[in-house]
Parts: sequence; structure tokens; C-alpha cells
Amino acid sequence: MTDHASSVSGGTSRRTISLTVNGRARSLDVAAHHTLLEVVRDDLGLTGAKECCLVGECGACTLIVDGRTVDSCLMLAMEADGAEVTTIEGLATDGHLTPLQKAFLDHGGVQCGYCIPGQVLSAHALLSNHPHPSVAEIEEGIAGNLCRCGCYRQIVDAIAATAGAGEG
Amino acid sequence: MSHINDGDGIGGSPNRGGGRERVTGAQDYVADLGMPDMLHAHLVTLDCARARILSIDTTEAVRQPGVHAVLTAADLPDPMPRFGPQFEDRPVIAIGEVRYHGEPVAIVAAETRDAAEAAARLVRVEYEELPAVHTIEGALDPAAPLVQDPELRPGDRLAGTNVLREHRIGWGDVDAASADLVVEHTYDFPMVTQFAIEPHAFMAAPDGDGIAIWSSIQHPYWLQRVVAKVLNLPLAKVRVYAPDPGGAFGGKQHAKYEPLLAFLALATGRPVRLVLSLEESFQAVRRASSSIRVRTGFQDDGTIAFQDIAADYLIGAYADIADRVVGKGTYPGCGPYRVPAARILARSVLSHTTPSTAFRGFGAPQINWAVESNLDEGAIQLGIDRLDLRLRNLARRGEAFIPFDTPADGDWDQSVRRAADMIGWGTPMPEGRGRGIAVGIKSGPTTGLSHATVRLLVDGSAVVSAGTSDMGQGARTIFAQIVAEELGVPIKWIAVHMGDTATVPYDQQTSASRSTVLMGNAILNACRDVASKLAAMAARLNALEVAEVETGRGYVRLPDGRELPMFDVMRSGLGPLGGEVVGFGEARKEADPSHPLGGSAAFFEFNCTAIEAEVDRATGDVTVIRHVTVSDVGKALNPLQVTMQDEGAAIMGLGHTFMEHFIHDETGRIRNLGAIDYRIPTSMDVPLSLESDIIENGDGPGPYGAKGMSEGALLCVAAAVAGAVREATGAVIRDLPLSPERVWRALQEVDATATDAEGSGS
Repeated sequence: MTDHASSVSGGTSRRTISLTVNGRARSLDVAAHHTLLEVVRDDLGLTGAKECCLVGECGACTLIVDGRTVDSCLMLAMEADGAEVTTIEGLATDGHLTPLQKAFLDHGGVQCGYCIPGQVLSAHALLSNHPHPSVAEIEEGIAGNLCRCGCYRQIVDAIAATAGAGEG
Repeated sequence: MSHINDGDGIGGSPNRGGGRERVTGAQDYVADLGMPDMLHAHLVTLDCARARILSIDTTEAVRQPGVHAVLTAADLPDPMPRFGPQFEDRPVIAIGEVRYHGEPVAIVAAETRDAAEAAARLVRVEYEELPAVHTIEGALDPAAPLVQDPELRPGDRLAGTNVLREHRIGWGDVDAASADLVVEHTYDFPMVTQFAIEPHAFMAAPDGDGIAIWSSIQHPYWLQRVVAKVLNLPLAKVRVYAPDPGGAFGGKQHAKYEPLLAFLALATGRPVRLVLSLEESFQAVRRASSSIRVRTGFQDDGTIAFQDIAADYLIGAYADIADRVVGKGTYPGCGPYRVPAARILARSVLSHTTPSTAFRGFGAPQINWAVESNLDEGAIQLGIDRLDLRLRNLARRGEAFIPFDTPADGDWDQSVRRAADMIGWGTPMPEGRGRGIAVGIKSGPTTGLSHATVRLLVDGSAVVSAGTSDMGQGARTIFAQIVAEELGVPIKWIAVHMGDTATVPYDQQTSASRSTVLMGNAILNACRDVASKLAAMAARLNALEVAEVETGRGYVRLPDGRELPMFDVMRSGLGPLGGEVVGFGEARKEADPSHPLGGSAAFFEFNCTAIEAEVDRATGDVTVIRHVTVSDVGKALNPLQVTMQDEGAAIMGLGHTFMEHFIHDETGRIRNLGAIDYRIPTSMDVPLSLESDIIENGDGPGPYGAKGMSEGALLCVAAAVAGAVREATGAVIRDLPLSPERVWRALQEVDATATDAEGSGS
């Protein structure tokens, strides 16, 4: 039994999905077994989301899907059909950093940078849903985003400063 | 008169170079780079630590749609090319025998990752599993199988054993030294992995009659030499691109799968990319575990009489840089103290495990854990305060604490006293808490060579070319700040180019916290070369002798006292054709063949860490209430980046102290591959309070008196934490990590001993 929107080519089942990515509507033909991370990186060329653990532990692949952060390595692209997706590329507009992105730089929240797209998106979602978090809530909000450079204190400072300034 | 923008120069903390790209997702790491026509590679490995390869059948795999090549040892030159920074012992791909869990036996290139992965599963490997050694005891057993073929080390008396090399350092007469108290214990350090969040990634492509390699590598010029030798190409025909690594921590210093990928690119005639999984990265790099016996003699007043140390480090199946780690890491093993007699025997022990390599601290954290913990033991037995014992023995500036090396290059007691003050050493604590304090020292680079160019362009902007890898330490920012300081160029007008051996001049390596000092000095010299050319221009324009013209930071001063901005001099001097002023700079640290390490330390990294901790007696869980870390950095060129490096190192130290370790099964396979079963600190695992500070006396060999830093704050974390746990509970633990289970078991022993004592006393 095959779905009308599915096709099989080269042994791979495919499906057409619709996504709104960073505000832009996209219709995509994706492999049924591909994760949202693979589709965003490989099919859309949005490489800000990173591959690391692929088991939902490191948070390097964090995306915002319908307002909630997800580990996009654990979500099939098909599951995101119809969803609104925000990637790190979707935050700055017209070349202007958001206050949160600026705070990451001013407070020293960035070292090697590999985890940073995930950290910024987790922080962005946290502040969107909870504009005035406590330090403990911020720490919990980024607990799913590993930073091996160990920049947690500076990242928390950046998020707290952004919240204190009343901007997300 | 200053022409420098506030905050752009030395001592400021401008936004990180490359920071904007990192917060917007625009920063491209190797896995983010693709090429038209690119193939994807996948490794074929066996699920065992050691095996004899009987046959490899690639027929089915090659037949799959989209598959372009499957390479095994049979497809590579005979004899198999081998490489390695110390010994050329690592084959490009396993030949005849697999020597560690995860060593590749074949590699597949296909049109898609899916196709490569599927085909890799169809490669049929017939093999016979062989007994493997994965512990120090197992490897040293006279009946143990040899990890390496003795023919790889002809004429070496140790070639018939699993000891790769022995390192002996000492002075004075330990056997004749008298002491009031001798304390002897053995301390174990676990096998941990770098866990850079960016898994290792590589790409190779035919490039005319040569090859181009992209790698998340710290040492692109070293990789260039390796690939050139393996492929028998001139250096000029090997172009290595080294995009900024997404964390490295030493694990990305040396070549791993780049030579294999080069052969695959040449075999297919196409660009090929290999992105390792995190699990494969774990199998590619780790820190050496160790078992270190320390016998310390003390006088009654706490003076150290001697240190007698036997250190065994378990390295992997191939040497990589691990034996250098053992030799250099244990060399300052007695610590920054006045030790009248010392004897250190360190051995690199081969095993059928992941080749260990450089990892932040380079062998020093292991011996520090042992020696600093043993000092605590002595202090407690002597009834002397642990801080006082350290201050009593600490080498003073200028003292040759290692007789044949660079004398103590800092006022180290300042760091120790600062840390003690910050933690409130000796002040009362709530019930159930304890404090610990420890110091760490590491030898800086023993040799070095860095070249740099600084080009001042016609509009007053500047381009720096420097072969350092910026893997998070912030080298780009520091280099730009030096140029801003020297030439008065705003930092936003400075571009720093790295990571391309074809266009960026030579740099030996990015390691040992060297880049601020060595590359920093090279850039400083390049700036001064620019300045001297501008001085010549000013002299010409004003009909003066060059000797009459002086230059300062961003200006040229004429004999009449006028200070002309360098930019104005350049515009006039270049004339209507424009162009640019090019400066070249070099910095060297010469080798000394008579020195045990091949060269003295360019500087020492010194750190003091103090911990206040609380232990949950019911669960064994330790909470770090306060973590104080103080480093002697000479001069903080960028104070914010110094703080980030120190605090990051401190947190990484808490990882191996509390939670990190590889677990092997009885056959030598790693059982906790991946992020679920191997834990590193999260935002919830940091100390309740983390406080860092620095000592600046401008006494380093780098620009403006800077010393290297970045590793110091990791060195002595474990000993300071264990000291705090011991004071809080009486539990003595000599094996890391201090997991809740291990702490809980130690607490049971403390309680049992206390009960016995009560019983016998009644």
C-alpha cells in the first residue's frame, strides 16, 4: 500500500512535504527516512544546524519547530510536514543581529562556535516562551545543548542580559 | 598620542573574530563544505578490538547503484604507506590485522551518504578475533600478545615488549635522600576522549597534478608533509585547507584518515568527503589513561625531600603523538616545587585500544592528579596545612626548579595566595563541606617556528596571514588586536586569513598554548616590518635620513616632533599607483638537541585551583559549591578570552574529575560509545559559583609580556576536588572519576572504619 504522495526510487521511499522555513514556504521531495536535520542541511543547504551525536543528547542540531525546540536529528522530515521551522539562518534580518546574538558576542558566549547555532536557538525559544527567566531556568533551558569549550557561564550571562533588557 | 580605537587594541575585549559568523550559522566547518560532483565516504570497521583479517570481499558492495569505489589494503601501494608524528607506524588502512576497536579495514565512496553507508554494510570481511590487551597490567604481562610488529622498531631493545619507550628524568640522589616521612600511593586516571562537538571531518579532491585536502586539523602544515610523503608528491602539490575546527582540544593535531581519503579521491577522480560520527571520533582519539605510583619524602616541617615517581601511561595501538605526551607531560611531574632529589620513570605502554593523542594538558593532568594528591596525603599526616605545605616548597622566580630547564618564570606564590584568598582558605564552612587546593604546571612549547605577513592596504585596512588554527581559543581576535595596536588600524578593518597552506606562510603547529606567544611575536615582527617601511617612506617624503624617523603604535614621528598617522604616510608614500605595504615576520624557538625534551620550555603555564564542595552522604553525589581558578598569564591581551579559556578548561577538568571515562568490555571493545553513555558537563553540572582571576606581571616571552595560556586551569582540578571531598567526608579516593558510586563506596569504607574504631575502643 503506498501513499499517494509517496514514490519509490532506487529502493528509497520518498514523499512530498510542505514546510515554512524561516518564513518562506517550501515544498520538498524528501526521502522518507531522512531526518529534518538532513533535509535542512543537505536539501535546503542551511548548514547552521550541526551534526554531532545524532541521538538527541548534544543539541547541536537544535531547530525551532512550531515554537518548540527539537533535536532535528531525532525528527523525521515527514513528521515536520506542515510545520513552521526556524533555523539559525532565520534570526538575523537584513544583516542585523538580534539582541540575543549580539549578547552572545558581547558576553563571550562563543568559542569554537560549533554548538552556538543550537545554543542561540534554545535561548531564543526560551525567551520567546518565558521572557524573564531566572538563572536556574536559563541553565535548564540550555541543558540540552553541550558546549565542550565550557562557555556555559558566559552563555547564561548573555541570555540573562538579553532578558534583562526586555528583548528576545 | 593614540590612534587606536578604544577597546580594539591590547587589553581590550573586542568581539571575537569570526564571532558574527558563528552566531548566524554562516561559519563553515568541513562538514558544511561541499563540492560539485562530490562523493561521500563511509568507513568499514569490525566489532572487535583485535582480529586477523582473512579476506575482504567487496564484490557486492561495489555492485550497488551509486557506489564508485571500495578501497582495502589490497588497493593501496605495497608496502603499505605508514605515517605518524613520532613513529611511522600507522598504516593508511588496516593491513593483515586490526589493532583497535574501530580501525577501518575498508572505505566506500558513493554518490550519497545513504548509498555509502548501505554499501559499507555489504563489504564482507572474514576475520579471526584475537586476544587483545586493553589494560596496563594486561599489556605488561610477559605473556601478552605484542601490539606492534617488532620489525617496525628494528634495533630497539624494547621492540619485543609492549613498552614503546621509557622516559627517565631525575636529579639529586633519591636513594641517599633522608626524609622524616615517606608517603607512597598509586593514583589512576581514566581513559577520556576529547569529545569536540564537531566530529572529525575530511575532504580530498584531485587538484591538477596534485591533491587538495580539507581537514578539521590543528596542524595543516604537518598534515601537508604527511600527505606529500604518503603520495610521493612535492609539498607544493599538496594544498591543505584547514577551516576553523569546531573544537579540537589536541585531538585534531595529527593526521588520521586524510591519507586514506587522498587515495580514495585519486582512485575515483572525484572530490570525496568523510564526516565521522561522534562514535567514530571517540574511536579515533582519546587521552592516555595512567597508573602512577608516587613516593614522596617529606621533612617534619613539610619540606619536600624527594620525589620518586613511576608513571605508566596506556597509549593505543599506534603511537600518534602519545609517547611525546608521556615524555613531555611527566617531565615537570614533580610540580613547581623545590625538590632536591627527583626520579621519574615514565613508560608509554602500547595496547589494542584507540590511539591516544594530545589532549589539553598533554600528559600533565595525569601526573598532576597523582603528585598533588600525594602532597595532600603528606600534609595531612604531618599535620601541616595543605596550602602552607605548597607555599613552603613553591619555587621562587628565577629558581631552577628543574635543574636543566628554564627557571621559574613567574611569581607563582601570587596565584596561590590569590586563589586561597578568593576561596576563603581557613575560614569556617557550613557542616559537611570541605575545601581543596592544588597547583598545576605545564611546560610550554620546546621548539617553534611561525611566519606571518601583515599587508597594509591602500585604504588603511590590513590583511594578516597566519597559519594558526582558530579552534575556539580566539587566535583571530588576538592577532587582529596586535595589528590594531601596532598600526592603528580599526579592528573591523582587519581580515585574518588562516587555514590554507597554498596562500598562508608556514606555521609549525597550533598546540602547547603557543600561538599567542609564537605567532603573536611573528605578527608583531611583521607589523614592525611594515612600520620600518613606513619610516623609510616618511624619510623619503621629508628629505630625512631614516635614522631620524621614529615609529610608534600607529604613527611615524619626525625629528620636529610631529606625529603622522601611519595611514597618511602610506598614502603619500605609495603615490598615485596605490598598492600596499607588505610586512613579514618570523618567530623561532630553537631546538636544543642536548635537552631531554629537545628544547627548554618557552614559558610555563601555572595555575592554582581551589574548591569548596559538599557531599551527599546518601548518594555520593558531590556538589562543587565554589570553584576558584587563578592563572599566571603574563599579560592578558584580551581579558574576556582569557576568562573564557580558563573557565572552559576548568569545566573540562570537572568532566574527567566527576563523570568521564571509557569503559571496555573484557574483549577490549568500548562499551560507552556516544553521547548517551559517555557524559560531559552540561550547563547543569557547572559549579554553583565559578570564579576565575589572573596574575599579570608582563613577564612572558610573547607580545606585551604575554605567556601562553588555555590549558593551565584544567591541570589540577581533580586533585583540588578530591582534597575537598576528603576534607568534607574523610573519604580518600585515588581513582578517577569521582562518580557518585565510587564516592558512595568510599564513604561506606569510612563509616565501616569508624564503626570498627568505636567497637575496638569500647
